[in-house]
Amino acid sequence: MTTTLEQPTLAVRNLDISYRRGSRVSPVVRDVSFTIRPGEAYGLVGESGCGKTTVAMSIMRYLPDNAIVSDGSGITFSGEDALSAGKGTLRQWRGGRIAMVYQNPGASLNPSMRIGAQVAEGIRVHSGLSSAECTEKALEMLAKVRIPDPAACARRYPHELSGGQQQRVMIAMALSGNPDLLVLDEPTTGLDATVEAEVLELIKQLREEFHTAVLFISHNLGIVAQICDRVGVLYAGRLVEEAPADVLFAAPRHPYTRDLLRSVPRHGVTKSAGMLATIPGSLPAPGTALTGCPYAARCELATDRCHIETPAAESHGTDHTVSCFHHDRTRAVSEVERFSETERTTAEVLLEVRNLTKRYRTGGHEFTAVSDVSFDLHRGEVFGLVGESGSGKSTIAKCIAGMIHPSEGTLQFEDITLSKRPGRAERTMRRKIQMVFQNPDNALNPRHPVRRILGRAVSLLNDRLRGRGREDRVEELTSSVRLEPRHLDVRPGALSGGLKQRVAIARAFAGAPSLVLCDEPVSALDVSVQAAILNLLVELQVAQDVAYLFISHDMSVVRYLADRIGVLYLGQLVEIGTADAVFQPPHHPYTEALLSAAPDLDPDEARQRIRLDGTYPSASAPPSGCRFHTRCPRALGDVCRTQEPPWQDTGKGNRYRCHIAPEDLLRRIKSE
Amino acid sequence: MTSTETMAAPATGQAAPRPASTAAKARRREIVRGLLRSPTFLIGAVILLFWVVDAIFWHAFAPHDPQQIFLQTLQGPSGVHLFGTDNLGRDVFSRLLAGASPVLTIAPAATALGLLGGVVLGLFTGYYRGVLDDVAMRIVDAVLAFPLVIIAVLVLTVLGSGELPVILLIAVTFVPGVARTVRAAVLTQRELEYVAAAKLAGASGPKIMFTEILPNVTGPIIVEGTVRLGYAIFTSATLSFLTLGIQQPSPDWGLTISLGQVYLQVAPWIVLFPALALATLVVAVNLVADGFQRVLDA
Repeated sequence: MTTTLEQPTLAVRNLDISYRRGSRVSPVVRDVSFTIRPGEAYGLVGESGCGKTTVAMSIMRYLPDNAIVSDGSGITFSGEDALSAGKGTLRQWRGGRIAMVYQNPGASLNPSMRIGAQVAEGIRVHSGLSSAECTEKALEMLAKVRIPDPAACARRYPHELSGGQQQRVMIAMALSGNPDLLVLDEPTTGLDATVEAEVLELIKQLREEFHTAVLFISHNLGIVAQICDRVGVLYAGRLVEEAPADVLFAAPRHPYTRDLLRSVPRHGVTKSAGMLATIPGSLPAPGTALTGCPYAARCELATDRCHIETPAAESHGTDHTVSCFHHDRTRAVSEVERFSETERTTAEVLLEVRNLTKRYRTGGHEFTAVSDVSFDLHRGEVFGLVGESGSGKSTIAKCIAGMIHPSEGTLQFEDITLSKRPGRAERTMRRKIQMVFQNPDNALNPRHPVRRILGRAVSLLNDRLRGRGREDRVEELTSSVRLEPRHLDVRPGALSGGLKQRVAIARAFAGAPSLVLCDEPVSALDVSVQAAILNLLVELQVAQDVAYLFISHDMSVVRYLADRIGVLYLGQLVEIGTADAVFQPPHHPYTEALLSAAPDLDPDEARQRIRLDGTYPSASAPPSGCRFHTRCPRALGDVCRTQEPPWQDTGKGNRYRCHIAPEDLLRRIKSE
Repeated sequence: MTSTETMAAPATGQAAPRPASTAAKARRREIVRGLLRSPTFLIGAVILLFWVVDAIFWHAFAPHDPQQIFLQTLQGPSGVHLFGTDNLGRDVFSRLLAGASPVLTIAPAATALGLLGGVVLGLFTGYYRGVLDDVAMRIVDAVLAFPLVIIAVLVLTVLGSGELPVILLIAVTFVPGVARTVRAAVLTQRELEYVAAAKLAGASGPKIMFTEILPNVTGPIIVEGTVRLGYAIFTSATLSFLTLGIQQPSPDWGLTISLGQVYLQVAPWIVLFPALALATLVVAVNLVADGFQRVLDA
């Protein structure tokens, strides 16, 4: 290799990419320049549609046919021009000197080929080793990505591996050619928090081991903060700021970076500390022709000049560039707004869940999605339900909503026991339970205008309210979720994700609900609009004295919103208590792991990270004794394997299900 | 400085969203433009339009009464009888023009009825699932397993022949296939959260089916309808040819082909022209169906 320290592994210069759609040409990447030095990890962050994947694909020269890379653009890879490279050269580069790992490992692996053969195939193409040597090298690579028992794994098919293991295999394949540049495109986005933490840890270790330059693409600031040396921030196809990771997160200069960082709930912040900072508006649609600064329409510092003139990149100190006319003023932080009134939790029980069990039967196999879950939900409180996918969070919500029926157990809502075949009185009662769904695209009927969607909900939930009264109520709802009247006459397709979710929230509040089930209400939204939706949810909850069952995998979001929290593992409640108590030790080892897995925005803060071993067990054959013992870092031994753990009360507002007593647990945590 | 206003302002879309009516109009305009740009659709539509106009106004175009008997039987095409005469001395050209009318009555009526039945059945089975769905789908399987001709012979022998029984027969045989297609589309829609939201608001089953789900499955229904129309024309002609459907002395093409086949050697024009007419009509409808499918899928 001829790479010297002076020569960057990758240099992108004035990259301009447009897509041709019919007769229209829409720019998606504009004037993007950055370099990655050998061994450096460069993070490219941005929200959906900002062009990050297009940039990655242009490096691989793997753009769709309708993409136009304009003439002034340059991509040099270890000093060689990548844009003019021939097909043969490109084939050698791809998978060899440049390797890429995609977001969805399940779709990137060939489902009909054994893992070992797939990894070996890549090695054979680029190394010219004999097939026996390739197989051996493949096993070696699988071991390098910390797959336990590589030989057994090599014999399996992709569907027999968990998502985290699949992604490890993808990384093994990418690294097998000993690449100079590794492109990771949202490599952990589809994975659970604890698995994500493991994969990130692996990437960090491999970076040290292989000294590969890394281009890490993500929408998640916390992850980028953890992994990368330098970070570039993309907005609407433009690189608006670039700086070393610690500088960028500690002292951002571009208003967009600053707003984005402020809008994410920080570790340990709760709603009593005030509203989250929000960014008005929404992302420009990809390919929109914008004049001036792309962020001007949403920026609080914007002046007339920003709308007309595009700011050029300016350097500040070493390595920090920013494209903004007003970057000197970004440090001034506006005051935090408070919610009008918080903490109105009462002890009155609104919903009593007792021994809730839901079993499914599929093809002779029975599996228990939710087993023996009991908790109370109080009037006017936010109850957070956390756990990884498959833990039964959504199943519980669906049981409460009456969309599915529990196999065992009772649900008592206000003074009515919810039954399988509700009578008239119960049906009326049930309308007080409403739901906000994860994906606003599916939650709104695409064929009906917003006015009709809200109008129907208003009339159904308010005893067939019609005419003027209905119109008034629709308008009232519209303004309470901060939609404008003009949004009423469009169909959902014409609205952005954040606006759609506002419509969905308005619909849930169309009657006078006393319980709203929020199933991951912000996880499908862009980071810059999440804060506004969270604020809205808190505002409405306080104003209307509604209780929320708030389901989320994001611990920071739950910490911010919830008054009380339940932690689920494999369909079982393993911990329950007030949010303050659950987030402080002593708590269940699983809660501890979830908390430590959450990526944090402060790269300096040295947190004790707990990594869980093993994979998430299948719900059709849950482990004996304590269900968590297969992955528990604090497992005691036989007692955990054989005996169901008892509930332990810490005396400070939380209970957890474990064989280790609170004092003992606290001592163990402290001693580390 | 307008910072406070902007911060407090509600989230708004970058481009001003278009009102629903104009958005729907734009989509419709897009479909129409796509259809007009598709040669497949245009050719089919022109031929189909020709036959539709003919089916309605054939009185104005036909030189003779289709039932009028001339002395010259089995005459070849000439100036007086453009396509010749048949075995009874009737004008083949006039009968050809008049013959579009029965088939273009039966086929659309049967298709519409079949669609109606299939859509309703598909909505109910797909939405409610359960025992109703299982039973209905097994019946559907059974009906689909029977060859059409056997059902036709059985039904038309019992009901008697004529236009109405043929319409009903074709409609009934269409119901299972349409129901299948609609049911499949409903199955994916019913899992979407907008249906769950309507249930939580207390909307009734039929209301959800017809006002929430139906507007979202119109695409497959339109495609199914156009494809079925061609099939209905073909089936109606087949039944006439088997003399199970329309009876003499109707100028129906299928019937004419059936009765004229004996004279194929001496007077091929009796069969040739109605056969050509039938072929162009079926091809035209299929071209239109094809054009629709492509534009709606795009």
